Amino acid sequence: MRSTTRRPASVLAALAVVAATLLAACNSAASPSPSTAASPAASAGSSAAASQGTAHEPVSIVVGALRPGVTQAAADALFEQIKEFQAKYPWITVQPEEYNWTAPTFTAALAAGTLPDVFTIPFTDGKGLIAEHQITDIDALVRALGYADKFNPSVLVNGQDSAGKIYAVPTAAYGMSLTYNRTLFKQAGLDPDKPPQTWDDVRAAAKTIAEKTGVAGYASMATENTGGWQLTTSTYANGGRMEKVADDGKVTATVNNDATKAVLQRLKAMRWDDKSMGSTFDYAWGTMNQAFAAGQVGMFTGGSDLYTWMIQNASLKPDDYGITVIPLDGSDSGVLGGGTLAAVNVVTTAEQRDAAVKWIDFYYIQKLLTQDGAVADAKALTANNQPVGVPALPIFDKATYDESQVWIKDYINVPTEQMTPFTSKIFDQPLINEPVAHTQELYAALDPVVQAVLTDPNADINALLDAANTQVQAVLDAPAP
Amino acid sequence: MGSISEVAPVPSVDARSRAARFRVTRAGLATFAFLLPMLVIFGLFAWFPIIRAFVMSVQDTNLVSDPVYVGLQNFQRVLADPLLGIAVRNTAWFAFLALIFGFPVPIILAVLMSELRHRRGLFSALAYLPVVVPPVVSVLLWRFFFAASPTGVFNTILGWFGLGPLPWLQNAGTAIPSIVIEATWAAAGATVIIYLAALVGVRPELYDAAEVDGASLWQKIRYITLPQIRNVLFVTLILQLIATAQLFTEPLLFTGGGPANSTMTVLLLIYKYAFQNSLGGDYGMAAALSLMLAAFLAVFTAGYYWLTRRWGVDS
Repeated sequence: MRSTTRRPASVLAALAVVAATLLAACNSAASPSPSTAASPAASAGSSAAASQGTAHEPVSIVVGALRPGVTQAAADALFEQIKEFQAKYPWITVQPEEYNWTAPTFTAALAAGTLPDVFTIPFTDGKGLIAEHQITDIDALVRALGYADKFNPSVLVNGQDSAGKIYAVPTAAYGMSLTYNRTLFKQAGLDPDKPPQTWDDVRAAAKTIAEKTGVAGYASMATENTGGWQLTTSTYANGGRMEKVADDGKVTATVNNDATKAVLQRLKAMRWDDKSMGSTFDYAWGTMNQAFAAGQVGMFTGGSDLYTWMIQNASLKPDDYGITVIPLDGSDSGVLGGGTLAAVNVVTTAEQRDAAVKWIDFYYIQKLLTQDGAVADAKALTANNQPVGVPALPIFDKATYDESQVWIKDYINVPTEQMTPFTSKIFDQPLINEPVAHTQELYAALDPVVQAVLTDPNADINALLDAANTQVQAVLDAPAP
Repeated sequence: MGSISEVAPVPSVDARSRAARFRVTRAGLATFAFLLPMLVIFGLFAWFPIIRAFVMSVQDTNLVSDPVYVGLQNFQRVLADPLLGIAVRNTAWFAFLALIFGFPVPIILAVLMSELRHRRGLFSALAYLPVVVPPVVSVLLWRFFFAASPTGVFNTILGWFGLGPLPWLQNAGTAIPSIVIEATWAAAGATVIIYLAALVGVRPELYDAAEVDGASLWQKIRYITLPQIRNVLFVTLILQLIATAQLFTEPLLFTGGGPANSTMTVLLLIYKYAFQNSLGGDYGMAAALSLMLAAFLAVFTAGYYWLTRRWGVDS
């Protein structure tokens, strides 16, 4: 027997399903795809027009230059620099947006199309994003600035495609360092001006700090890909490598090499025999900085550029900050070097790309190349009590870097004497680039290995590394999209 | 049809349906107009994503480049992933612990609170307070409390009783039990309120009869209270199992899946497929695992209702 009372309800339900299906079909058909074919001609045309000095169309760009959680003073320094930029280029409006690169938030913003017009990415992701057509070709615009060949080639290569076209501009380079708390050193009876020179020194100092002060003498990051990153750093410092690239371009994972095993053995001994690593083992980049600034960590390996973040986000006491070079052990050892690239969103008009490259030039590069730029940047920072003079690695050459430091020497307000153990030796250490293929996935596969060694006294280091090696090799062997 | 209407004074089926049809079509347009906003919103935010998920599960897509249809490859890759077995095991272990520890707690609280003569409202509000706190806030607070150093909040409290500092979230064996404790605290209040309402419906004569027969408090609970609210218990049990199968916020914010993947759950694995690779997420695999989880929960729920059908009471 037919139930006619149910018919209208079932008709409505059917309508809803049909409507949803139509929406699904329409949406997937109309999803925006980057119009890379159209853009080079358009951008060539408009940049030619611009250089002829014709009137500029007002254009607005969103820049991801505001770090979440900074103090108001740090934000004010940025706003001041935006005002200077807008005074120089009156037709460009710059809207700052909160932006911080982490793998999950970047991936979600990339898929949603909500990345700012100018955003930063680590060196590790430059080539991968270029291959996936997720950042736009700005080669012509960057070369028009005139200093494209001054870049250190091993730094610039991270933002270039295989033909050498520039897709992303290097804005900062760092080398890994051993960061240590000078106050804790003093409390433990160690001399903060004579930081550890070898890994055995590090282990001994960690034990002393843990015994005398009760805090972790040495700590290691272990989550959000930073575990693998720091393990790679220590591996390089002991002469090992995580990936081997053959002449034909094939990449082999070498995660289970002897240097990595030695590093993990040492971590295991420090954790379970010396008990000098405290009781927290899930540090990521931000939480490690916070713990250090709070005086809960004696030493850790981290970037050479952390002082700024710790001051702006974690209320670091400047007297606590000490930094020295990572101890190198063995032939083939070196310092892991990384850095940041500035890239431009694919979903931008030609005028926006022009404006974006001008912003990159003004905000990131001018302070390294011209005295006016350097002094203007230093003035804006000191006016808001922000650090000036934090050690960095050159993205051009050493001479240019030294010159830029001379220009701002009257504005330097960081405790440079506390940083000389690093600055006096870093340029003598060989700099090694991060693993070249699927770097973040390599790091992600190593995080559980580091966590296991630090939380399980019976962790089988060889088995863990072999399993991770198989996992990474599978990722490396997967066919390219 | 005709023989039935001769026996019983019921209008014939034809006449009834004619009257109903007339009633519905006269009110039809207005009804449809009122339903339309709900249908649009429901369609846009529930049905559209579900259909999109079915489509994405057979595609290789990072939601930026053009998708490629790959048939059942995503499902095969998910099933071949060693992390899937770990995630399923961890989720099952959490569900089991939440059942043993977390399921009885609201029942006990509700029974205790129903004995109160005064201040029942105050205790209800206090029990419900953790539910009102946003989950992210609760988890981050508890993460601070769970600090594994001897000066962490919980370790300090344990120290007052002479108990050693526990590693809480820093050890693979204690991480999931720690999350169970927080999850129970956060969710117990809502079920306590439900049980209190159900307990009010238990007829007092049953307790009086038991009193006369000389039943102890425990016997009263076991033979009267629990059987009388068993329909509610069946529903809250399946709801809890479905919710624990979808555990996500707690492992994400407490440990990120660590230490060493010991708190990796199925939903966290879906999140990892979708968002961990900064060069572009694998949304096809994420959609495939989501559908597999949904299918499993649907089959599980159907089986559960079939099994408990015989034990329930048709009221």
